[in-house]
Amino acid sequence: MSEPTSDLMLRTDHVFMRFGGLTAVNDLNLEIRKNEIVGLIGPNGAGKTTAFNVITGMYRPSEGKVFFGSDDITGLKPHQITAKGIARTFQNIRLFKEMNVLENVLVACDMSIATGMFGATLHLPGYVKREKEARKFSMELLEKVGLKHLAFEKGTSLPYGQQRRLEIVRALATRPKMLLLDEPAAGMNPQESVELMEFIRKIRDEFDLTILLIEHHMQVVMGVCEHMYVLDYGVTIAHGDPASIQKNPKVIEAYLGVD
Amino acid sequence: MKTNATASPLKITRNRLYTLIALGAFVVLAIVADLFFDAFTLRVFNLCAIYIVLALSLNMLNGFTGLFSLGHAGFMAVGAYVCALLTMSPQLKDMNFFLMPMVPWLRNVTIPFLPAIIIGGLAAAFVGFLIGAPVLRLRDDYLAIATLGFGEIIRVLITNAQPITNGAQGLKGLPRFSTTFTVWIAAALVTLFMVLLMRSSYGRAMKAVRDDELAAEAMGINVFKVKVTSFTVSSFLAGIGGALLGHMITTIDPKMFTFMLTFNILLIVVLGGIGSISGSVIAAVVVTILMEVLRFLDEPLNFIVFKTAAMPGLRMVVFSILLMVVVIYRQRGLMGNKEFSWDMLTGLFVRKGRKGGTNV
Ligand SMILES: Nc1ncnc2c1ncn2[C@@H]1O[C@H](COP(=O)(O)OP(=O)(O)O)[C@@H](O)[C@H]1O
Ligand SMILES: [Mg+2]
Repeated sequence: MSEPTSDLMLRTDHVFMRFGGLTAVNDLNLEIRKNEIVGLIGPNGAGKTTAFNVITGMYRPSEGKVFFGSDDITGLKPHQITAKGIARTFQNIRLFKEMNVLENVLVACDMSIATGMFGATLHLPGYVKREKEARKFSMELLEKVGLKHLAFEKGTSLPYGQQRRLEIVRALATRPKMLLLDEPAAGMNPQESVELMEFIRKIRDEFDLTILLIEHHMQVVMGVCEHMYVLDYGVTIAHGDPASIQKNPKVIEAYLGVD
Repeated sequence: MKTNATASPLKITRNRLYTLIALGAFVVLAIVADLFFDAFTLRVFNLCAIYIVLALSLNMLNGFTGLFSLGHAGFMAVGAYVCALLTMSPQLKDMNFFLMPMVPWLRNVTIPFLPAIIIGGLAAAFVGFLIGAPVLRLRDDYLAIATLGFGEIIRVLITNAQPITNGAQGLKGLPRFSTTFTVWIAAALVTLFMVLLMRSSYGRAMKAVRDDELAAEAMGINVFKVKVTSFTVSSFLAGIGGALLGHMITTIDPKMFTFMLTFNILLIVVLGGIGSISGSVIAAVVVTILMEVLRFLDEPLNFIVFKTAAMPGLRMVVFSILLMVVVIYRQRGLMGNKEFSWDMLTGLFVRKGRKGGTNV
């Protein structure tokens, strides 16, 4: 690539993740540039989610390092990594089940409200001001994605597709620089998937994001991704632009019998 | 701030008025109770307030942060003992410590009730922090086991630290500082604290941890810190409750703080609704009164035609069955995780009324 390296947003440097005898991620070297939409694809069990968990600090890699911009974020706690500007969604939706839509989004703003227990309980002026701003910001976000009218519904009572969207909005509310989406199109029909990819492109532009996107159906993300990495049994078997990936014999072999 | 579309300004004013009237009525009741109730009834009345404090402190953990602790009696014991030892006069201590004298540095300390109860709460909070910080790093199941063990350990420690605690003899003749005024002010303050906390961003973070730890952490919440804070504050409140209890009964000993006490509080929290402040308050009152009213069950029962022998513990059997019934038929307790509102009450009557109407 011709861009300067200062454009690098996320880099994993020889990352390995082992569970006992199983190497779920085997020498992963991602390089993701600012404002790119990058696909991480591969069959089920290829180690995609594990790679996310390593990047977001849920797991500490057995070997290797993760860099965000120029910061080494290896071994940081997930909440610290979120604070640095990486937000994620989950493969199996994890909304806060007792909360309404607005509260789900507000939780993600708590970082910016940043008041201790007593300041918050006593509703000190600084807290009240920040809480008010957070509510306004959350409602604006919900409005942008067309969920505003559902703000007071329970998050888990929404239809599936809207729950996925809500999870993305919730991640956006942490004001990230980079967004990691784990199979956002899972369980959607082709029409919904196309709309979702449009949506992803839209939020990338609107929020100035860099996006890493997991999908195991290659076709779904072909149109939206500028760059792709293909994992199989933890190993990166190919990376490059969508057209070259599609033609790559190794990729075709890995996907035989899957799609 | 946006609220539900159904809440019209008129309704809000009306509901505020209801709340004011209810509060006023309660203050009148408390004054009447204090002036005219006999000693036993007044004690039950005031015990309700203490159980409100205790139930809310456990609900903060169980209901709002999703941490299952079984060591509440231990934290109560810490609060009760620390507060008692700080308020008793040297003469009173000498009377208690007749088997073996008390350590002199503690014997000569006597401070007023307010600082003493706060120090008692802080001591319980400190112990809670010491236990919570290592255990809360582990999976949640371990917390129940660790706190259960802690509750027993603290009793053994108190029993054996004779020069400080007077061991198994306990402490008798504590000054009766837990007046009607004191306990109900405490209950009101703790309830207000919980309501404000749970409406705030910090309460929301606690609920997020309860609902989904992984997601909460991914949203930037320091889950471990929230858990430790919740555990420490809950221990503080348990210590306060224990101190109030000690200075009401005026006698404390290690046997008072067994797992049975934790069980009683857990019962209130589950019956009232895990994660409901008003549920805890209502259940604390109902259960405390029932505990006293059903005391006759432990005595010999007289069915006129025949008499049964005394069956100590029958009362607890009744409560355990009640708990099982609730767990089976109404998992979420009286209130679920909802809060009481006047609309809920009027809604109930309107529905009842309609039902009656169609039947006729
Ligand atoms: N916490 C874990 N402990 C043990 N094995 C795991 C763990 N997480 C994932 N794995 C294993 O790692 C492999 C990759 O899983 P995953 O990353 O979820 O795949 P993908 O998201 O690509 O479908 C699988 O074989 C899975 O069973
Ligand atoms: Mg996966």
